[in-house]
Amino acid sequence: MRHEVIEKSLNLMIVLIVLAISIGGLVEIVPLMFSADTTEPAENIEPYSPLRLAGRDVYVREGCYNCHSQMIRPFRSETERYGPFTTAGETVYDRPFQFGSKRTGPDLARVGGRYSDDWQRLHLMDPRALVPESNMPGYPWLAEREVDADFVTAKLEVLQLLGDGYSDEQIAAAAAEVEGKTELDALVAYLQELGTNRKVRR
Amino acid sequence: MPAFWHWFVAAGTIVFIIWCVWLVSWSAKQGPQNVADEDLVGHKWDGDLEEWNNPAPKWWLYLYFITIAWGVGFLIAYPGVGNFEGMLGWSQEDQYEAEMQAAAERYEPIYETFAAMDFGELAMHPDANKLGASLYASYCTTCHGSDARGATGYPNLTDSDWQWGSSEAQIVTTITNGRNAVMTPWAQVLGSDEAVDNMVRYVQSLSGIVEADDGLAGAETQFKTFCAACHMPTGTGNPMLGAPNLTDDVWLYGSSDEVIRETIEKGRNGMMPAHGELLGDNRSKILAAYVYSLSQQ
Repeated sequence: MRHEVIEKSLNLMIVLIVLAISIGGLVEIVPLMFSADTTEPAENIEPYSPLRLAGRDVYVREGCYNCHSQMIRPFRSETERYGPFTTAGETVYDRPFQFGSKRTGPDLARVGGRYSDDWQRLHLMDPRALVPESNMPGYPWLAEREVDADFVTAKLEVLQLLGDGYSDEQIAAAAAEVEGKTELDALVAYLQELGTNRKVRR
Repeated sequence: MPAFWHWFVAAGTIVFIIWCVWLVSWSAKQGPQNVADEDLVGHKWDGDLEEWNNPAPKWWLYLYFITIAWGVGFLIAYPGVGNFEGMLGWSQEDQYEAEMQAAAERYEPIYETFAAMDFGELAMHPDANKLGASLYASYCTTCHGSDARGATGYPNLTDSDWQWGSSEAQIVTTITNGRNAVMTPWAQVLGSDEAVDNMVRYVQSLSGIVEADDGLAGAETQFKTFCAACHMPTGTGNPMLGAPNLTDDVWLYGSSDEVIRETIEKGRNGMMPAHGELLGDNRSKILAAYVYSLSQQ
C-alpha cells in the first residue's frame, strides 16, 4: 500500500510531479542555454539592421510564421528544395525565433535572393498576379504604412541592453535609415536577407 | 559540450532512470488479489458491491520496466548521455551525408548522361524533358508560372520570343548566372509630357498598334538618339542586353498607353536571380533544353 503514501500527501505529490516533469527540460534544454553552438552567431550572422528589424516585426505581426517555417531540416528532400539545413547559430538574434511548425507555404529560411525585389513586392501585394494557384493572402496595406522610426530606435536600444552587438552610432543612425520607408520596403529587406549568410547555397 | 554540462546531463539522466526504477518498484503493490480485509477501501454500493485495492495486472507493471529498459538501450546505442556518442556511432549529420551520397550516386550518372547529349537532341528527348519538367516545377514556376506562360514582367517561355536569346549557351547562361535587364527612367531626357506621349505612340506604331503619322517625327528622332542604343534603330531589340523587340506583338509589361508611359517614365528593372549554384551544370543544361522545348511545341 506504499503508493498511498504519495497519493494521500499532496505536498509530496507536488514535489515528485515537479521533479518528474522538469528533469527532461533540465537535461535537454538548460545545457543548450550555455552551449556555444546555440548561443554564438554562426559565420556571417550579424544583428538585424534597423530596416530588417522593422521588417521582421512586420513578419511577426502579420503572422507569416503561421504558414511559413524558417527551419530547414537535415533531410535531402528539404535541402534540395530550400538549401543547406538550418543551424542553431543562425537564429541567435531572433527573439523569438521564427522556426514555425506548419508549411502551408514554403520554408523561407533561405528565400533571400531567390526572387527579385520587384517579385517580392508584387507578390506580397497580390500573390495571384504572379502565381495564379497561390492561396496566400495579399498584404496591400504594407505599401501604405510607414515604418515608425522612433519605435525602431527604441527596439534597438532594448536589444543592445539584451546584449546584441549594436553600437551607439548604429542606433543613432537607425532613424535615418528607416525614414520614409514603408512596411513593404522593410519586409522585403528582411526577406531578401534570409539565409544569405551561407556562401554556398546548396 | 564542456565537462560540467556533460556530467550534468549524464548524471541527471542516469540518476533519474534509477529513480524511476526505484519509484515503480517501491510504490507498486504486489501479491495476490482479493485476499486481506485491509485491501477493501471501504466504498460500498448497492449493499454488496465493494471496491478493492488490488495490485495492477502484472503485464501493466512490466510495461513500466520494459519502457525503462528500452530507454536504457536507446541511450547505449545512440547519443544522449552527455558527450557519449552511442555504440552505433550514429549522428544526424552522418545520416544526412549518407543520404546525400546515396542520392548523388543514383542520380548524378543520369544527369551526366543527359548533359553529355547534344542540346537539340536533349530538347526532343522525352525522358530528359520529364526531368526538365520536374526541375522547372521546383525552380521556375513561381515567376514564369506552372504553364510557363509567364506573368506581367516575367517572360512567357512557350512563345518564340526570347529576351536574352535562344541558343544553348544563352539559355544556360540565363539560368546559371541570372539576368538583369535595366531600363533607366527617360522622362527627364525626353523633356516634356508631350514628348513622352509622342514616344508612347511612336513605340506603339513600331508594332502597328497605332498608325504612324507626321506628328511622330520628333519622337522618331529621339528614339534613334536615345532608345536605339539598346532597342536598335528599327526597334528590333538586342538579346545581348535583354532589350525587347518592340516591333512584335509580345509585350513583357503591357502595350497600353498607361503601361508604356510608366515604362518610359520610371524605367524597368527586370531581374532573374542566378540558379547555377542551386542546379549545377548538368541540371542547368537539362533544364535549359526543357525550356527550349517549350517554345518548339
